[in-house]
Amino acid sequence: MRGSCHPKNTRDRAVCMTNCPTLIVTVGLPARGKTYISKKLTRYLNWIGVPTKEFNVGQYRRECLKIYKSFEFFRPDNEEGLKIRRECATSALNDVRQYLSVEGGQVAVFDATNTTRERRGTIVKFAEQNGFKVFFVESVCEDPDVIAQNIVQVKLGSPDYLHCNSDEAIEDFMKRIKCYESSYQPLDEVLDRDLSYIKIMDVGRRYLVNRVVDHIQSRIVYYLMNIHITPRSIYLCRHGESDLNIKGRIGGDSGLSARGKEFAKHLRKFIQEQNIKDLKVWTSQMKRTIQTAECLGVPYEQWKSLNEIDAGVCEEMMYEEIQEHYPLEFALRDQDKYRYRYPKGESYEDLVQRLEPVIMELERQENVLVVCHQAVMRCLLAYFLDKTANELPYLNCPLHTVLKLTPVAYGCKVESVYLGVDSVNTHRDRPENVNVQRSTEDALQTVPAHF
Amino acid sequence: MVGLPARGKTYISKKLTRYLNWIGVPTKMFNVGQYRREAVKIYKNFEFFKPDNEEAMRIRKACAAAALKDVSAYFTKEQGQVAVFDATNTTRERRAVIVSLAKEKGYKVFFVESICDDPEIIAENIKQVKFGSPDYVDRDIDEAMEDFVQRIECYRASYMPIDDEKDRKLSYIKIFDVGSRYLVNQIQDHIQSRIVYYLMNIHVTPRSIYLSRHGESELNLLGRIGGDSGLSPRGLKYASALANFIRSQEITDLKVWTSHMKRTIQTAETLGVQYEQWKALNEIDAGVCEELTYEEIQENFPEEFALRDQDKYRYRYPKGESYEDLVHRLEPVIMELERQENVLVVCHQAVMRCLLAYFLDKPADELPYLRCPLHTVLKLTPIAYGCKVESYFLNIEAVNTHRERPANVSINRDPDEALQTVPDHI
Repeated sequence: MRGSCHPKNTRDRAVCMTNCPTLIVTVGLPARGKTYISKKLTRYLNWIGVPTKEFNVGQYRRECLKIYKSFEFFRPDNEEGLKIRRECATSALNDVRQYLSVEGGQVAVFDATNTTRERRGTIVKFAEQNGFKVFFVESVCEDPDVIAQNIVQVKLGSPDYLHCNSDEAIEDFMKRIKCYESSYQPLDEVLDRDLSYIKIMDVGRRYLVNRVVDHIQSRIVYYLMNIHITPRSIYLCRHGESDLNIKGRIGGDSGLSARGKEFAKHLRKFIQEQNIKDLKVWTSQMKRTIQTAECLGVPYEQWKSLNEIDAGVCEEMMYEEIQEHYPLEFALRDQDKYRYRYPKGESYEDLVQRLEPVIMELERQENVLVVCHQAVMRCLLAYFLDKTANELPYLNCPLHTVLKLTPVAYGCKVESVYLGVDSVNTHRDRPENVNVQRSTEDALQTVPAHF
Repeated sequence: MVGLPARGKTYISKKLTRYLNWIGVPTKMFNVGQYRREAVKIYKNFEFFKPDNEEAMRIRKACAAAALKDVSAYFTKEQGQVAVFDATNTTRERRAVIVSLAKEKGYKVFFVESICDDPEIIAENIKQVKFGSPDYVDRDIDEAMEDFVQRIECYRASYMPIDDEKDRKLSYIKIFDVGSRYLVNQIQDHIQSRIVYYLMNIHVTPRSIYLSRHGESELNLLGRIGGDSGLSPRGLKYASALANFIRSQEITDLKVWTSHMKRTIQTAETLGVQYEQWKALNEIDAGVCEELTYEEIQENFPEEFALRDQDKYRYRYPKGESYEDLVHRLEPVIMELERQENVLVVCHQAVMRCLLAYFLDKPADELPYLRCPLHTVLKLTPIAYGCKVESYFLNIEAVNTHRERPANVSINRDPDEALQTVPDHI
């Protein structure tokens, strides 16, 4: 008998992502990128609005076993070890059930080796009992260089190896992998033909996709097939200061101010000094980003999707004017800046939806400079830095500052470079009083200075 | 394409070509069977395809070569971006010829192989598309079936599927059993990634897609474009009629989609079933012309009005959108429509034109002038290589909102000429 399924109300979500919650299960030997994939996938799904959480069984094991001695814990004949590991997996699955059935989660990523058919069978039964769909993500890789690189990037820094030197750690970890190898039963084309899964081979050179059953699985497959691990950097910046910026007006399609043009020159110098291989440059279709990119003297691509958030009836107004003409709207926006939609305009939530193809293409690309706008940059940054919907609309993205994002280990290194050209501040923090009855003074408390 | 006969290669080729053209990637299909039919006016029987028929082999090689020559011409002279080479290409040798030609000319190659051994699916294919083929026009069904089965046998002995080891440097997708499983190797770029995503979302399960506009709205009555008004009394009547119509169709598991605008939501409410709202289905944003009548647009923005008539597909309203922008934002809707089965989409005039153009393979210059009258449901049912369309006017009067392209689109035209084709309103 199927377990409970969430009744879906007709919210303004683009499409009903899941009728039943989905359990994604990673499969693969250690150091095959399972946790990398789990974290990235979780980050992506949360960003597009699908509540997702990852459950790393290694974490549970570390909590249980406080101190990791050596690979011997993972030997297949270590009964004590096996018992603990089984308990950890069960404990993690219980938390999965809690998250999906009680807390309103839609996707859970169960990150563990899951290398035996038996273990996977247990999980499938668990999912059936609870009304979850299961989708396996198996990573298969035999390239010793890739595996060595993985170990260096993420295992040496692991809590397991805090007190070892690199060589000891690597040696122990290689023996750990061996412990799993003999009992490893990869997903089989024939025996597992009724399961839904994707097998990723050699870090994305080849994929085998079996029985994709719904929209969310199709999106997951598309995403997994577009990500790569080739080292590269993504540069995010806003257009140079614009004429409307100086006047404290939002939106519109004005050109650069004198200082904005100065910034464009500094940007060119900065990019040249970075000496970036094959840099792609993207702008929106608004004058101010195009003018900024023109100065770089390289080809650039214009994306309408990178246009600034449409402020509808509030386009080209100052905050003071918005307060004067639309005090209610102004307060509602402060109450829920992420979901609030300007009348005849857009919300941050809408922005994320229209930026999704940009993110997908950024994942496919290597070195890219994106010249965009404040709200747009906040959305992109939130994706790379895994910021929540509450934090997103208040991320700091000042003018004349380039953010260099470089993927490292499981996350993203951020370097912020202010290019030394003055500009107005366009960042308006959430005021204390967001009540619709608030005074004008309270409403305008956090408006940045302008002419 | 790669695969034995009756594996859906032409179905996939045509569908993929239609999709790529709709999203703005100039694509053309080259079906080698067509070339063969031109070369060998009359098809006698399967003996033509016997591997030891030297004469026929010569002709078939020549046809493939002619098709490849046309592919080159398409790329170099016609600015094509994607060519779909639809033939069996079942031998490693033939595929090597193609790869080497592509390498020489600087084209990227992506193989799409369809593998299927389910006799029911193959029989269904043969029934759906082979019996109607020019090759079998004078045959009775049993003869045709028998001949075609023999034809498949001719290829089987020499069929070398793409090999996971030997062909690991090639870029390809292998589709097994009509989409139950896929093997994807070495995707090189964005367009290949989009092609793979598309191919992995289409299916052949029979179903119908119903397209309809919202019921007549208050602004429709006043001849005003855009806005977010509610339904007029006649529009409400349409909503009831739509509910009755849908019930009478007795559709299993119908999904209903609307936009975020009042008029589509009001229309769907009457159906009494769950519906999903898509912002992507909102009507085209007319920017500064929102809620104006055509007469007012002519008065206030005569130049814009003329420019729009000159290139209705690409023209973007100031602070608004173009049809081209609309197609871009509707792409996820199309992708999800491909995944789904029975769906009713309650939308708007420009939106419906874009969706219809996708299903009926209409080019960009016809799209903005497709007829999508109020109070009419279009039922689209995929058959063979295309789409059957049934149009149902639900017998509730409504204003006409269709404005044809006027004869004079010059910026200097008179107001009369500009307003020549404006439909009546209050």
